[in-house]
Amino acid sequence: MQLLSQLKIGQQAVISAIEADETLFHRLSALGFRVGKPLSIIRQANFSGPLQVRLGTTDVILRSTEAARIRINTHST
Amino acid sequence: MKRIALLGMPNTGKSTLFNRISGASARVGNWPGITVDLMSAKILIGGHIAELIDLPGIYDLHGFSEDEQVVRHFLASNAVDLVIILLNSSQIDRQLSLVLQIKKLNLPSVLALNMADEAKQTGITIDTENLAKALKMPVLQISAKYGDGLPKALQAATVIINQNLPASDPQVISKLLQEDNQIEQEMDALIQNNVQIPTTFTDSTTDKIDKILLHKWLGLPLFFAAMFALFQFIFTVGKPLQDGLAWALQLLRTGMLEPLFASSPAWLSGLMLDGVYNGVSTVAAFVPIIVLFFLVMAMVEDSGYLSRAAFLMDALMARMGLDGRGFVMMLMGFGCNVPALMGTRIMRSRPMRLLTMLVIPLSLCSARLQVFIFMITALFTAKQAPFVLFSLYVMSFLTMFITAVLFQGQYKNSEPFILELPPYRFPTLRQIILRGWQEVKHFLTRASKFIVIGVVLVWALTNFPSNVPPASIGTFAGQIGTLFAPILDPLGINSQLAIALIFGFVAKEIVVGALAVIYGLQGDALMTQMATQIDWVQAMSFMLFTLIYTPCLSTIATLKNESKSSAFMWLSIAWSLGLAWVVSFVFYQGARWLGY
Repeated sequence: MQLLSQLKIGQQAVISAIEADETLFHRLSALGFRVGKPLSIIRQANFSGPLQVRLGTTDVILRSTEAARIRINTHST
Repeated sequence: MKRIALLGMPNTGKSTLFNRISGASARVGNWPGITVDLMSAKILIGGHIAELIDLPGIYDLHGFSEDEQVVRHFLASNAVDLVIILLNSSQIDRQLSLVLQIKKLNLPSVLALNMADEAKQTGITIDTENLAKALKMPVLQISAKYGDGLPKALQAATVIINQNLPASDPQVISKLLQEDNQIEQEMDALIQNNVQIPTTFTDSTTDKIDKILLHKWLGLPLFFAAMFALFQFIFTVGKPLQDGLAWALQLLRTGMLEPLFASSPAWLSGLMLDGVYNGVSTVAAFVPIIVLFFLVMAMVEDSGYLSRAAFLMDALMARMGLDGRGFVMMLMGFGCNVPALMGTRIMRSRPMRLLTMLVIPLSLCSARLQVFIFMITALFTAKQAPFVLFSLYVMSFLTMFITAVLFQGQYKNSEPFILELPPYRFPTLRQIILRGWQEVKHFLTRASKFIVIGVVLVWALTNFPSNVPPASIGTFAGQIGTLFAPILDPLGINSQLAIALIFGFVAKEIVVGALAVIYGLQGDALMTQMATQIDWVQAMSFMLFTLIYTPCLSTIATLKNESKSSAFMWLSIAWSLGLAWVVSFVFYQGARWLGY
């Protein structure tokens, strides 16, 4: 179990839990963040800027603070 | 009259579809239950005249953001006969939730799956017939951009409209909106049974472009280089057009209007020619540049590059208490501050929204651009011009950053920053032209409202009392100028420029027109005259003041409406006036001290 903010660029993972208040939870789920969904990190902007996360067909950008609310399981290779 | 609502998530091409169906007949209107304006258009559908309303793009009906509230209140206060739901085909897996929410309200609906072309390219296939059966509503794949599938979708809408079902009952809708559950499960089942999505999804073109444009070190320099190139392009292409139009307008005056007014009384020909015609034609000469500017802005906006700018700038913006979306609003403000202020509705935290609204009026809007192009052409060489203009854009950013840094302590917030990154899209020629036309229309309305009244007032102030020479110190304008002299003299702003600044408070479009009236000249003659009256240091000081002080009355009204606070509005006015004075003072005195 890991946080999305700790995931390395290019690595695949599956969402295992979202720990956020109702508003943030809603916003995340509207953009496709749901338990069981696979995702990966494409890149991070400079100066510890936001992460670009790919979920299925959608690319989403979010800050590390928000990414730290999302728990993930990395695939065992 | 039938009423059709157009509804969908952000970035699904809703406005494109709206423009395509309505042509250019759209207008802005007020609706019961909501305080914001919505675009609507009258269209002919199946022998009925129907009103098509473009609702704001929303992620769901739960009503956490202001746009979502707007849609809820609209549906709960207005009867509708049909809802056209627009989704992005390639994101159907998560967007379908919105359809199910609408379905729960028992509203007659048509589901249009947009961007069918993009979905096809990525290998997504949708069984529309089966999906239609499961949803119990017509499902059609369309491309709003190219118009593919649109006749079929309208046909489906016509069938429903012709059934003459009773319109929705706002009270029932209001009740139903309170309860929405189970949607997630229903959605997953529908997707699993009807949609096939390849497991490895990559839009390779977008990825390739992003590798360069979102590069760790190259991204930001490339962004600013691209912006500079665009402004350079606008200037190089727009200038000859502007000169041509100014020449034609001058020709019209000498060839037709002067003989026409030759026999009328001096005051009438003065008012019409030196007042109205000089003022309006000087402003009108800028229309080509402004249209060009909006065309370029529309292209950048529709391309998906703005979300990338938000990604690149967020880290820096976070240090000022703002986020990447705030940066995008600043860029939108380059077109017009008013829509940029309204765009802050996507922010949920009030402190962040207020902080963003405090900085937006400092962005160099297209009306200020007119003033700058005029002054720069009059006082700088063609070689210097792009650099002077670019320095004003830099200055605009600097004042915004300073403001945010100084006020961020007052507006602390913990607003999350989450944003979708759409694939790059190229707008079609039709989209661009429609957008350009809307801007011209907008400009002409403003022109008729403010500019004509403004220039007539300026003419009256500079020509009365009639026993002194026009525009001299004895006229009303001269007296006002003298009144403000103690404040504006230290900035190198003379009494003629002061009058223009006062009228600029109403709208910056008046400034250039006012100068034309004050000097009683237009076109090249006006510029030559200005160049003999003031030097470049004074011009720069005047431009800095124009850049920073309150943009226009519309912006002030929007500030008050959006913040719902007069105190905030006054803070914004006082801050911008104060900052404008200090910056101009430092620049003017500094330059003089250095010997310029």
